[in-house]
Amino acid sequence: MTPATPVTPATPVTQADTAATPGSDLLLEVRHLVQEYVLRDYGGTKGGVLQAVSDVSFEVHAGETLGIVGETGSGKSTLARSVIQAPPPKHGEVIFEGTDLVRLPHRAMKSVRRHLQMVFQDPFTSLDPRWTVSRIVAEPLIAYSVGSRRERRERVDALLDLVGLEPARYGARHPRALSGGQAQRVAIARALVLEPKLILCDEPVSSLDVLVQAQVLNLFEKLRAELGLSYLFIAHDLAMVKQVSDRVAVMYLGKLCEVGPVRAIFSEPLHPYTLALLDTIPSPEPPARKRDVASVISGEPPSPLDPPSGCRFRTRCPRAAELCAAEVPQLRALGDGRQVACHFPLSGLAQASATRAPLPLMRGRAGASGD
Amino acid sequence: MSGGTALLDVSDLRVTFRSHGGVVNAVQGVSFSVEPGQTVAIIGESGSGKTVSAYAMMGLLPRSAQVSGSIRCNGVELVGCGEKQLRDHRGRIVAMVFQDPGRSLNPTMRIGPQITEAIRCHLPLDRAQAHERAVELLRMVRLPTPERRFYEYPHQLSGGMRQRVVIAIALAGEPRLLLADEATTALDVTTQAQIMDLLLDLQQELGTALVMISHDLALAASYAEEVLVMYAGKVVERAATRELFGNVAMPYTRALLKAIPRVEQEPHELLPVIGGRPPDLSTIVPGCSFAPRCPDAQDDCRQEQPQLEQHESGHWWACWHPCGKEAAQ
Repeated sequence: MTPATPVTPATPVTQADTAATPGSDLLLEVRHLVQEYVLRDYGGTKGGVLQAVSDVSFEVHAGETLGIVGETGSGKSTLARSVIQAPPPKHGEVIFEGTDLVRLPHRAMKSVRRHLQMVFQDPFTSLDPRWTVSRIVAEPLIAYSVGSRRERRERVDALLDLVGLEPARYGARHPRALSGGQAQRVAIARALVLEPKLILCDEPVSSLDVLVQAQVLNLFEKLRAELGLSYLFIAHDLAMVKQVSDRVAVMYLGKLCEVGPVRAIFSEPLHPYTLALLDTIPSPEPPARKRDVASVISGEPPSPLDPPSGCRFRTRCPRAAELCAAEVPQLRALGDGRQVACHFPLSGLAQASATRAPLPLMRGRAGASGD
Repeated sequence: MSGGTALLDVSDLRVTFRSHGGVVNAVQGVSFSVEPGQTVAIIGESGSGKTVSAYAMMGLLPRSAQVSGSIRCNGVELVGCGEKQLRDHRGRIVAMVFQDPGRSLNPTMRIGPQITEAIRCHLPLDRAQAHERAVELLRMVRLPTPERRFYEYPHQLSGGMRQRVVIAIALAGEPRLLLADEATTALDVTTQAQIMDLLLDLQQELGTALVMISHDLALAASYAEEVLVMYAGKVVERAATRELFGNVAMPYTRALLKAIPRVEQEPHELLPVIGGRPPDLSTIVPGCSFAPRCPDAQDDCRQEQPQLEQHESGHWWACWHPCGKEAAQ
């Protein structure tokens, strides 16, 4: 586990080691986070190192929802797990309310973790099938010895009520007697029962039907408004991320491409990958057949075991140039809270500070080293 | 429903399953037809009967299923026909692309033999010819370096590439109709767009009809010519895509459309939702099956079941009080 450096008690008030932190509303700050997995070949020999998350930095403010978008294998789930230290990241800092969780002793971590909860994609695999709904929701209270038995029961009932499940009717049921949407509500109630400050949602509605999905998304929205929660909301669906987020971070192959306020990213994407993602969203509007979609983004995502040199998106990028292969673009701030990691970003706003010759706008693959 | 030119003509299809809880009426009288080369989308939530309908079209339902009605495909009646006839039908007339490409391929077999197996089931080709044809199919589904990929195992391919292989297998028997059951649901958005484009391109090249089954209205809007909306085992609305999305009649379809988060929406805007759950298919209640959840439901909705009828040219719906059409009726 992590090297146990002597750390002051984990009461999350110590602002000592966060020198650069501005106001007190900064809830979570992730700095240069790297997470690696060692792959094993047959017989357990070391097969290689997969860097699932590679030097990622971002922050979440109190009451804010940060959406993280990316394809399968982009490292977004690994990122969430690294934040809750399961397992702790290889390098970097995860500063939650002024405490660096990576360097926190295991015991102290427990008291921090009650403020950090997670909601997973598939409610049925994240709920114990042999436990009743009430027991599932009560478990965190028991683990942290909160309240008396009666107080716990009251708290559980109140929470089931909050997520829209009648306690008298659903409390005694087992997960198998619930629909997908109801099971996900139970998972949300369990995450909320300790009154956390930040909830990490890893594709929380992807396995649900459209109508149920809308109900659960509205529930997240209601809880945010009523309880002042912050979310780290991971999804692959851009439209959904727009619906719940204040700011959005776009991930590709373990790196952040672009971070910024949600409206700005959707109206004026700066990274070619963001634009490609936006262009692939099927729209429920009366159809204008989007047949040119494949021309924007082509090819398969490269293997994270052997990522391309320089910019990781360059093998699929219509704007890729020599510089992109030679130099890793760093995530740089552009004002208005926007950050982009691209040598040739898409708009004038970015180019002004990039001091590079403007390129023709993409769409239609201008002379790219495509697939 | 339509003339004799239809490639697939389903009329009054009913499928029931016997379970220990009683009889489950999974499909309750579905009728539609598909012309050669057409793209039709069947949309619905889980449990609406869309996959069961597709399995019926493939003759893949388990023995315990009781099927009635008629499925005429390429002039052959499938309901009640024998296993031998079904074998000639599957793959040759109708082929299916399943949801999870990881599970529809044999993990212990190289992909090449999985394709040649399908080819030699249907076409009188020898090994060398089948090999050649398989590589050609892999090229057709735009798998890069098909000669080399032929010898790879499914685990060596990405999800999108595996789905391309599954499509190649489906095309092996040169079918006239391709059934794609949530074929892109397990894939990423960018891969989804690539696979859908591939399916439409192949359709144009080969003149195959395509029935896409999906829960995703937006996907149907972008790719299908005609859309059928299913709810609780019935088709509740059917129209050409543009007509359906521009002029929704059935409150259920409207609820589905509104519940999709859209890029045009402002952040934190609540989605209009309807409460309740789809009905239990083991009990048949009088009236419209959507009535308990429908915001526009009135007394007659709960008493008599509306039938799917063509109310406007090319637009069928099963509703007593269609959205915005009350005055016209």
